[in-house]
Amino acid sequence: MKKFHTVFFAILVSALFLATDLASAADAVTTAVAPAAAVAPTVTPAPAAVVAPAVAAAPAEVPVNWHAVVMFLIFVAVTLVITYWAATRTKTATDFYAAGRGITGLQNGMAIAGDYMSAASFLGIAALVYMNGFYGLIFSVGWLVGWPIILFLIAERLRNLGKYTYADVVSFRLKQGPIRIMAAISSLIVVIWYLIGQAVGAGQLLHTLVPQMSYQLSIVIVGVLIITYVTFGGMKATTWVQIIKAGLLLGGATLMAIGVMAHENFSFAKLFSDAVAIHPSHMDIMKSVVKIGAKSNPIESISLGLTLMLGTAGLPHILMRFFTVTDSKAARKSVLYGTCFIGFFYILTFIIGFGAIVLVANNPEYVANISKSILDLKGGGNMPAVYLSHAIGGDLFLGFIAAVAFATILAVVSGLTLAGASALSHDIYASVIMKGKASEKQEVWVSKMSVIGLGILAIILGIAFEKQNVAYIVALTFSIAACTNFPILILSVFWRGLTTRGAVLGGYTGILGSIGLLIIGPTVWTKVLSMGPAIFPYDFPTFVVLPAVLVVAYIASVTDSSESAKKERAAYDAQMVRAETGLGAEVGATH
Amino acid sequence: MSELIAGKILNNPKYLQLVKQRDTFAWLLSAIVCVMYFGFTLMIAFTPDVLTQPIAADSVIPLGMLMGVGVILVSCVLTGVYVYRANQTFDPIVNEIVREASK
Repeated sequence: MKKFHTVFFAILVSALFLATDLASAADAVTTAVAPAAAVAPTVTPAPAAVVAPAVAAAPAEVPVNWHAVVMFLIFVAVTLVITYWAATRTKTATDFYAAGRGITGLQNGMAIAGDYMSAASFLGIAALVYMNGFYGLIFSVGWLVGWPIILFLIAERLRNLGKYTYADVVSFRLKQGPIRIMAAISSLIVVIWYLIGQAVGAGQLLHTLVPQMSYQLSIVIVGVLIITYVTFGGMKATTWVQIIKAGLLLGGATLMAIGVMAHENFSFAKLFSDAVAIHPSHMDIMKSVVKIGAKSNPIESISLGLTLMLGTAGLPHILMRFFTVTDSKAARKSVLYGTCFIGFFYILTFIIGFGAIVLVANNPEYVANISKSILDLKGGGNMPAVYLSHAIGGDLFLGFIAAVAFATILAVVSGLTLAGASALSHDIYASVIMKGKASEKQEVWVSKMSVIGLGILAIILGIAFEKQNVAYIVALTFSIAACTNFPILILSVFWRGLTTRGAVLGGYTGILGSIGLLIIGPTVWTKVLSMGPAIFPYDFPTFVVLPAVLVVAYIASVTDSSESAKKERAAYDAQMVRAETGLGAEVGATH
Repeated sequence: MSELIAGKILNNPKYLQLVKQRDTFAWLLSAIVCVMYFGFTLMIAFTPDVLTQPIAADSVIPLGMLMGVGVILVSCVLTGVYVYRANQTFDPIVNEIVREASK
């Protein structure tokens, strides 16, 4: 225990030192900002996993935003204190992976919102609305409708059947080894790519907000902080970082929306007509939906819709949150709270986007070159919400919103890292390699090592991908989640006939099919690899891969006449009783 | 022991009825969300003109914007409906079934 204190404080001090060092060094360093990759940020939908790269338009000399730096530091200090508190209360594997199953419905609802609302959905959707108007709403809707599905079909059954990972549920009556390997592979692909997107976004965002901090340093700070949170504080620290971040983000966005509405005399009619008057596309921002209607076909729309909706319901770090609550009733409640917070937030980002058209566009203080375009902002495509905060509340509010964006990245990355580590330690190490014979201590130790490994990997990949076009990451992560995790989970819970063979073959069909079709699709084949017209003409392969997964899983299961398959089908009744009644479910902490 | 209880529960007609009732309700709500959302998505693809119509003659707000916000709000309401029914109706039945089987 003594050793633990020493290590914790060493990291705490070095993290704080790193941050203050930054701030003091900031005065000296006023060199021009290195231009980030210039990718048109609004063509591709601003994704949940990626902050669109900033366009190079850096001013030569930028004063340090002390408000932002101080608020960063306060947030970091508070979260480190919480981590310390959580660390002293994290003793068992259940504490580490599932916060001792003592999280209440409301707390988990906040944490779900904190886990899901990324900096990209805040800055990205606001930016999308700022550039295109109405169009941005389509993504908000898609990212929300997955939540009711999670509630109706997944949340309670997941809590009743599982322990730490969704693979627990799928392998409940199927063979541990093959199922967990498949589930861990899909989880890790989703987690690592999502991490790359977040790391690249974090680097670019922090570098834009505090230009004295280099891209690389930004990523290293994020990496060091999340390794500290997760290795020491486990799920308890992660949950509280997410809860605080959700509160800050909802509070900040609400203040901003109120600021906008106050400026518009609390009239939506005035807000929208002012925006139409100012925006260079005028009335078209209310018709921008026509653009995609004309451009894309029904298949593309349906495939995008399926991917956003079902992908949400298959994200491993989201599914993991349901193991932290006391029982299935709390799991259910937490989705209700989470959905309301997220829905409220998406409506706020919409107001913020339109508010930015009114208050930020055409303002020489924010626009890069006003004679060229009244929309293009200094610092890049993700800045509308940030400048709007300045237009409403000056440097202080800008600093607050910048700190909130930073907190947002830390919260999302922590959740992802823990989900990835649990796939490695609980599914691969404890269940496959040690065949369930690992002690709890060993498993948690492997988990902590995995956290450190994943954190370092995220730093390295984040730096390596700095100049890459990462727009395909959302398509990749959400497609694999929608085509593998979601259908296999649903089949295992609702279909008696599913056997190990069906689940494994179906699962790999989902993983390989998604990756394969994405590579030969327009986002990677044409835009990333520059190989000319895509072989597979759709951005989102879900409409092909998902049915393929279901067909493969069905055929491979019904043709499986092995003895073990018979046993697996027979074991469905007992699984169903536990899923439906919670009888035998992992017991939650009682308070 | 718990296998014994599970066996009892499986033979309890109340359990079978609960599962049927709750599953029907859950899939029905899921279907409503899907129809609503994919209806909206398909309207974007097929009938964009309808979506871009202003909600009133003197308004710039298009119908589609209200529908989009509507999908978000209805989704929240439906999650509330499910939680309410689960708390009020399903939970007591589940508790009763488990209690009867544990006797």
